[in-house]
Amino acid sequence: MDRIIEIIVATILNHNIALAYILGMCPLIAISTNVRNAKGMGLAVVFVVTLTGIINWPIYMLLKSTGTSYLSLLVFIITIAATVQFLEMFLDKFFPKLYNAFGIFLPLITVNCVVLAVSLFFANRNYNFAETTAFSFGSAVGWMLAIILVAGIREKMAKNSDTPRGLAGKGIVFIILGILSLAFIGFTGLANI
Amino acid sequence: MGKGGNVDMKWIRLKYKKWFNISKDGLVKNNQIVIAVLGICSALAVTNRVENAIAMGLGVTFVVMASSMTVSLIRNLIPSRIRMVTYMVIISSLVIMVQMFLEAYFFDIAKALGAYVGLIITNCIVMGRAEAFAVKNPVRYTLIDGFASGMGYTYVLILVALVREILAFGTILNVQVMPDAWPKWVVMAMAPGGFFVLGVLIWIIRELSKNFEVEMK
Repeated sequence: MDRIIEIIVATILNHNIALAYILGMCPLIAISTNVRNAKGMGLAVVFVVTLTGIINWPIYMLLKSTGTSYLSLLVFIITIAATVQFLEMFLDKFFPKLYNAFGIFLPLITVNCVVLAVSLFFANRNYNFAETTAFSFGSAVGWMLAIILVAGIREKMAKNSDTPRGLAGKGIVFIILGILSLAFIGFTGLANI
Repeated sequence: MGKGGNVDMKWIRLKYKKWFNISKDGLVKNNQIVIAVLGICSALAVTNRVENAIAMGLGVTFVVMASSMTVSLIRNLIPSRIRMVTYMVIISSLVIMVQMFLEAYFFDIAKALGAYVGLIITNCIVMGRAEAFAVKNPVRYTLIDGFASGMGYTYVLILVALVREILAFGTILNVQVMPDAWPKWVVMAMAPGGFFVLGVLIWIIRELSKNFEVEMK
């Protein structure tokens, strides 16, 4: 149990997948213009990443036992695309409210590299099932934390700051991310993954 | 006028050639990283050393060219509803090839890049080129487009990596260029360094090319 908590803390803070491993940048930059959308995208990511992590683990074990782990990339990406597609249809049919809340974010997740990265990382680390679940969930929550932080800062900046025109728009996000990620370096050594 | 006029005419004619415009788009005008801000993850995560940047850049160039070519070849056979999945399968097969090639011939670089080679699959540039260009154009143009986009990506990666490697380790391609007394800026090799260098690079390029993004208020 200690190990599970340690992994969750580590993946949210000092091994944050967005701010320490620089993953999932395209959606993070594109959707962080306001906090509401950032929250929607973040929740959708938490949902999908945890689910695909859980599904991909047994599949990876199967591939490993048959000695075909070089195919894992191809299999992971198909699982992810299929899960997202299935989730979309399932939510649309049974939970239309939730489906409307996720809206456009769900299909966008297929190209979010966080999803694939989480599967590839646990494959490299020989986690057991519980550790994989914790790792997937924690990484996704860490990503959500990062996108909401950036969105909050951008919302404030849009009102009050005079950004140089060359940095206006997406350029300034890199500076924000740089400062945030400097701050997160302060957590170094807090927990191990 | 005479000769000078001819050169001018040649230049003007060149400007209207399709391949010239496609290359210019990919390399400068719509540079995938600096202007379109796509493919950032790998651009930042692997650029702490120049050799990694070169390997990653060439890998992505190969994947973009080969996947665009394949998509373009079978573009009339792909049903549009499942085209995304089709791209994914094509791209991931190619990425597996790159990964195996690197592991066989450049093991150190493969080790340093780690999972980021596999993440070429979700590099938005590859998917973006397939969806925005390859699916509508004949093979010969998709090759030029793939090459230009890939090279546009590669040179930005190398630029970022040059700055970071010099500041963080005082070396270029592991050859020492700074004096021994150089205080190594270790933070440049970590995530914040990548963000700052790319942010400043975007600023400089947008300022030089007068290509500003309109901010919505």
